[in-house]
This record gives sequence, C-alpha cells and structure tokens, in this order.
Amino acid sequence: MKSRLVEKDYYRGRARAAHPSLKSGEGAKIERSVTINRSPDELYSFWRRLENLPRFMSHIESISDQGDGISHWAMKTSHGRTLEWDARLIEDKPGQMLSWQSLEGADVDNAGSVWFTPATGGRGTVVKVAMKYSPPGGKVGAIMAKLLGDSAEKQLAEDMFRLKALLETGETPTTEGQPHGNM
Amino acid sequence: MRALCWHGKEDVRIEKVPDPKILNPHDAIVRITTTAICGSDLHLFDGFVPEMEDGDILGHEFMGEIVEIGSEVRNLQIGDHVVVPFTISCGSCFFCQKKLWALCDNTNPAAHENELMNGYPAAGLYGYSHMFGGYAGGQAEYVRVPFADVGPLKVPNGIPDEKVIFLSDIFPTGYQAAENCNIQPGDTVAVWGCGPVGQFAIRSAFLLGAERVIAIDDVPERLEMARQSGAHTIHANGTTFEELKEMTGGMGPDSCIDAVGLEAHGSTVDAKLDKAKASVKLATDRPHVLRQAIHACRKGGTVSVPGVYMGFLDKFPFGTAFAKGLNVRMGQTHVQNYMRPLLKRIEDDDIDPSFVITHRLGLNDAPEGYRTFRDKHDKCIKVILKP
Repeated sequence: MKSRLVEKDYYRGRARAAHPSLKSGEGAKIERSVTINRSPDELYSFWRRLENLPRFMSHIESISDQGDGISHWAMKTSHGRTLEWDARLIEDKPGQMLSWQSLEGADVDNAGSVWFTPATGGRGTVVKVAMKYSPPGGKVGAIMAKLLGDSAEKQLAEDMFRLKALLETGETPTTEGQPHGNM
Repeated sequence: MRALCWHGKEDVRIEKVPDPKILNPHDAIVRITTTAICGSDLHLFDGFVPEMEDGDILGHEFMGEIVEIGSEVRNLQIGDHVVVPFTISCGSCFFCQKKLWALCDNTNPAAHENELMNGYPAAGLYGYSHMFGGYAGGQAEYVRVPFADVGPLKVPNGIPDEKVIFLSDIFPTGYQAAENCNIQPGDTVAVWGCGPVGQFAIRSAFLLGAERVIAIDDVPERLEMARQSGAHTIHANGTTFEELKEMTGGMGPDSCIDAVGLEAHGSTVDAKLDKAKASVKLATDRPHVLRQAIHACRKGGTVSVPGVYMGFLDKFPFGTAFAKGLNVRMGQTHVQNYMRPLLKRIEDDDIDPSFVITHRLGLNDAPEGYRTFRDKHDKCIKVILKP
C-alpha cells in the first residue's frame, strides 16, 4: 500500500532522530483510518500514554516509557519468541499527531505516525495510522517476514477495530474463554 | 452445563460443556428459562452458513434469569428476568446511536473478517457463525450476554415466558419487515413464507394498518395459521404470480415480504436451477422467492426482505426492480428498537405471540427438534426448548 503521508512525515522526523534504524526508502508501508466517537484530545492523550497501546495492539506485549521520548517495546511472536526494540518519539503535537521511530539495534526496524483529525458531521475523530517496518535478515527476519509481511495489514486492521471499541465502550469484544463443544 | 453444539451439516448434539464466565465488564450471565429454534438456525443445520466451527453452541432466541453481572452493568440485578435480543450492540457507536443496532461497530470480534466479505463489519450475533463473532448461543443452560446493560429487556412479573420469548428475534423481525413496507391505509401486503417470521409479518402488517394480507406457502397447516390471523392465502405453485395479480385487480401487491430467504424451494424452472446450482456450489443462495416478489410487486411498491441471505445471488432481476421503481428494504433486525413497544402490545393484549408455538421440548430433545422443524414433520411451525 502506498503512503505519501508516512513518507513525508518520516523524512521530517528522521532529521531529528538520534540514530534512526530505518533508512529512507526502505521497508514496507501500511496505513489505515478509523473514525472514533471521541474527541481528538481524548484520543491523543490515550495514545500518548504509551503503556495503553498493548490494550489494543494484540501482538505488543508491553511498552515502557523510559523518559526523554524513549520507550521500550516488547512483542511476542506466534512462535513464542519475544522481539524487543527501543523507539524514540520524533514528533509530538498535542491533540494532533505523534511520530515514532525505532533506534539502532532494534529486532524490528519500524517507524510510524498517528494523526487525530476531527471527523465531519461531529462524528468524533479520524485516527489515521501509517507505519513502515523493515524486518532484519536471518531466522528472526524469516519469522518477522511471515508475521508482519503476510499479516501486518490484518494486524493493523484488527488493532484499529479494537482501539475503536475500547475507546467507545471501555472494552474490546472477545469470545476467548467462552464454552465450546467437544471437538 | 448442557448445550446444543454444531458439528457439521445436519449434526447437532447436546453436550456437557464448561459454564460461561464473565469476560468483559459489561457482560452478564443468564440462566436460560426458555429458548427456541429459529428458522435461521436451520440454515446453519443445513450447512448454508460459512465460517461455522466444530463445537459451536447455537441459539439466538432466549430469555432467562440474571445470575451474574460484570462490574460495569448498573441497570440489572441478580434475579432479574430478561429477554435478550439476538443482535449484540454496544449502544455507544455511530450506528447504535442511529438505532441501527444490528450494524453496531464494536461487538464483532471478527470485524476484520466480516469487513473483508462485506466492506464494513456488522454486529456480533449469538450462535451464528464466526463471521458474526462466534459468540456462544443460548440453546444451553447458561449464556454469556455481552453489553447486558444495552440489549436485554426486563420482563415484568407475571408474564409467562411463552408470551415474550419471541421479542428476542422473530416478533421484531416480522414487525420490522412490515414496518419497512411503509404501509398506507388500503394497502395489500403479500408475504412469502408462513414460517414463524412470516406469521409475525402477517400479524404486524395488520397491526400497522394493512387492509389485506395475502400469505403464500405450500404447507397446509402454515396457511391455516395465516388464515387464522386474517390473511388470504395462496398455495404456492406455478401460478402464484397470476393469482396475486388477479387478487389485486391487475395491480400487484403494494408491498411484498420475502420471509423465506436463501433456502427457498419451489416448483418453477428457476427454483429447480437454483437448487441444482447451490448443490454443486455454483451459487450460495436460492433466491427464487425474492425473484418472484420483485416480479409480482406493484410499480413503485416495496420489497421487504427479513429472510436471511448470505452470499451471491444468481439471476437477480435487477432490471425489473429498476423498471418498476421498487423500494427494496432488508437486513438483520434492529431488535432493540422494537422490544419495548412490542412488549406494550403484548401487555395490551393486541397480540399473544405464543400462537406460533407448536412444539415444546426439553433441551435434551433439541437435535430432534431441529429435524422435526426442518422437515416440517408433525405440523411443526415453532419449537421452544426448556433447559
């Protein structure tokens, strides 16, 4: 999927990043928008508290804010492996947008932005996420290529549905743990 | 607990499964006092609905007693007797706020899969495939009810289950089908299919002021029930269209309701072709009734479709619908809109919905109930189950 916006933003942010791990023109890009019945400020504040993100990003195990715009991310693959990286916030416009980028040594090189724009007709906020990522080579790279390459768009779509449900209702829909007949 | 589980085409069984638990703060657990088999459950039984999984618990018409509530449910208490709408709706999203409850954005855990098929996802439903979230259904002793603070209707003391159980689906479904016809004084409404939804569409059309209802089916006892509701009837055959035209002075019915859906059968050439194609998976649905309704409807009239369709329709007469400037209304029922007004109708004795019940079985006999209902044996029109 093409994304002019992430490109533009990525270049703008890159100049400020200390040690960006993802070179310009590299990586695969994905993006998606969803309209959420909440104000841009509420959504920005929720997202800016990075510890909130694993509540709807199902593949992210934890994010810890290390201060100074640096955060540490841990992700569990379907193979039970944990991938980790540090990321730096490279743009932060309260109530409007955030951009981040992984730092050198990341298991998954990635960069992304999220914009919060008032929706038409008083329908809340359009949340647009654009990401690019570049899995490393080797065995981890092969796992990541499978995990991210084939299903990154699906993952982002599912995460955005969960974000919307969480912010509009306070919970994400699930059937995990419900009864089921013998198979 | 005991629950009715789906294992494949024509294979449903009562099994011991774990009791449901609260999984989210807006959940409640309901001990089922009465549940029912819906005509749309037969589409699952007959293997017409994709994304079913081995062991899925069926059932989307049920009521019972609240036995546990989640931390965010403030309007219900343990011991409340409730009817639960089959559409799971959050109450907060754009669609719920527009009262389009069946189109809720936030209750389908499989939203993305549903979106891939339909462009945008529909609400979660109980026991109706993983396309609609795979929620365990209520043909069981207990069921988990998400957003219990939004959907369930508290039933006043003293009203027997049999009078209100159908507020969960088929009464609102028949009523919405009739409401979608925008019935005007003097109107004639034709209803294809005199199963339970058709029966409620007939009664609802009269409640909404239709002068005449013409019911079409090929099962004598169902036509008899329609006549008892005040409908004229046509025994479906090769001349249904001609009879309808004749009965309406050459003009056609003002509105036509397809209360049959994707498993229509008939004796005309197109119906036989549909059956042949569906059996070899060249088509997913058998839209014989829908074609006939579009053909028979008067110019500028309304075709209303409460019958369930799932996939791709072969030889849909779009040109006819266009030529006659028809309105076509359809979709899952926005049940929550109708529960309170229809409860009032029941309390006012305008209608006693238990008239459709022909079979009262224990939950353990549910598999036999599916077969009897599907095959229309023993003059079966509607089965309710008591756990």
